[in-house]
Amino acid sequence: MRKIPLQWAAFALIALSVLLTGCSDKLQWYVVSPATETGRANLLFMLGGLKYTLLLSITAIVISIIIGLLVALPGISKNPFARGFNRVYVEVVRAVPLLVLILWVYYGLPIMLGIAINVFWAGVVALALSDSAFEAEIFRAGIQSVDRGQIEASDSLGLGYIDRMRYIVLPQALRRVLPPLGNQLVYMLKMSSLVSVIGMEELTRRANELVTAEYRPLETYTILILEYLVLILVVSAGVRWLERRLEVKDGR
Amino acid sequence: MSQSDVSAPVIELKNLSKFYGSFQALDDISLNVAAGERMVICGPSGSGKSTLIRCVNQLETHDSGQVIVNGIDVGKNRKALREVRTNVGMVFQQFNLFPHLTVLENLTLGPMRSRKMPKDKAVELAQHYLERVRIPEQADKYPSQLSGGQQQRVAIARSLCMEPKVMLFDEPTSALDPEMISEVLDVMVELAETGMTMMVVTHEMGFAKKVADTMVFMDAGKIVEQSTPAEFFSNPKTERGRLFLQQILQH
Repeated sequence: MRKIPLQWAAFALIALSVLLTGCSDKLQWYVVSPATETGRANLLFMLGGLKYTLLLSITAIVISIIIGLLVALPGISKNPFARGFNRVYVEVVRAVPLLVLILWVYYGLPIMLGIAINVFWAGVVALALSDSAFEAEIFRAGIQSVDRGQIEASDSLGLGYIDRMRYIVLPQALRRVLPPLGNQLVYMLKMSSLVSVIGMEELTRRANELVTAEYRPLETYTILILEYLVLILVVSAGVRWLERRLEVKDGR
Repeated sequence: MSQSDVSAPVIELKNLSKFYGSFQALDDISLNVAAGERMVICGPSGSGKSTLIRCVNQLETHDSGQVIVNGIDVGKNRKALREVRTNVGMVFQQFNLFPHLTVLENLTLGPMRSRKMPKDKAVELAQHYLERVRIPEQADKYPSQLSGGQQQRVAIARSLCMEPKVMLFDEPTSALDPEMISEVLDVMVELAETGMTMMVVTHEMGFAKKVADTMVFMDAGKIVEQSTPAEFFSNPKTERGRLFLQQILQH
């Protein structure tokens, strides 16, 4: 289990190099070669987007998990209005394409609310909002998968709603939703590239700018793919580490 | 067994009825359980005995009638319900231990969160009850590392840590392998000897003969017979009671 991400990385690299050697005459690696000064400068320029890709994704993920949980809880309520709120939120938010949501938040929301919103926060809001609907469904599934007997046991001990959620239901639910949550994390990291359209200086935007300056799309975008690949392998390894840790704690 | 103090009932059920759709699970049941009384409820499956016992701490809500525990009407409000639940222990057929918590954490959670007991006192209490159910050495294990009998004894200890006035047992040995049944029953017999008020749904007639003050026989959501074990086992008053005893005692 442990070695799978590494093996996949190796496989992807080999596949990529085989693919690219087939057109070696068309490749001009100098644009991103660490051996030359311009290549180094270009590489650093591209990597400069990493900061915002990470900052944007992490902020959005944290917010979307909180909103997702707050939307999931009414979804399992006995109150039909609470459940209705959950359904409407999930269905509406889930139906908006992320790119459209980014444009709407950046260009539309300031007009509606009469506020200024910068590129970064527009990106965070759009990503977090879009993702929260998916998180909400993941959390709802996780919470509903917790055995009814667990709730009865916590009721019979006189625990209130908050204690029951905090100590009994959520810890067990979280463990089960970790794999789909990890999926969502990876998805979000990739989707952050869409925020480049409103001018966020993240990885994809930097690559686009370099392509405009150097006219070497194949090399530049190949490097961009590798950047995302490495980033996501790190995240996957992190999620798997977390899964293993929680398993050990369960004593199973 | 001698008849215990019957002055003030700990549990009063008044004209309790419950429906699942059009199926009537409980049909106008009235029943008192006195302090220190050990009541065993038996009956064929689907007779409503589990539903009845689960109405006492409102894991099932009733449709009409009243449930009064220690003088508190459970249906009054949320606060009354929680008050009742902290005073009523419950042991389930499927144990329902918290799998992500250690045995000790299973035991200390209720006292710490519901009774606001400081941790060191809760741990002390937990160790005391683990000794009573004879598994003090398993405190740091997780439930999945224990046998079924051990898990059920932990579940009993978990309820006892709330220092309840009444203990409810909902078929506590039905999910156990035969060789583990007696270790759980032994603990329950000892508990009965301490004077704990108990309401037990079970098919273990040996246990009933040994500890019960009152036998309640249910069928089709009604109490068909209520008598002492001596009477019930030697001379059931109803045909249905006789038939039931024949069926479960024939092997």
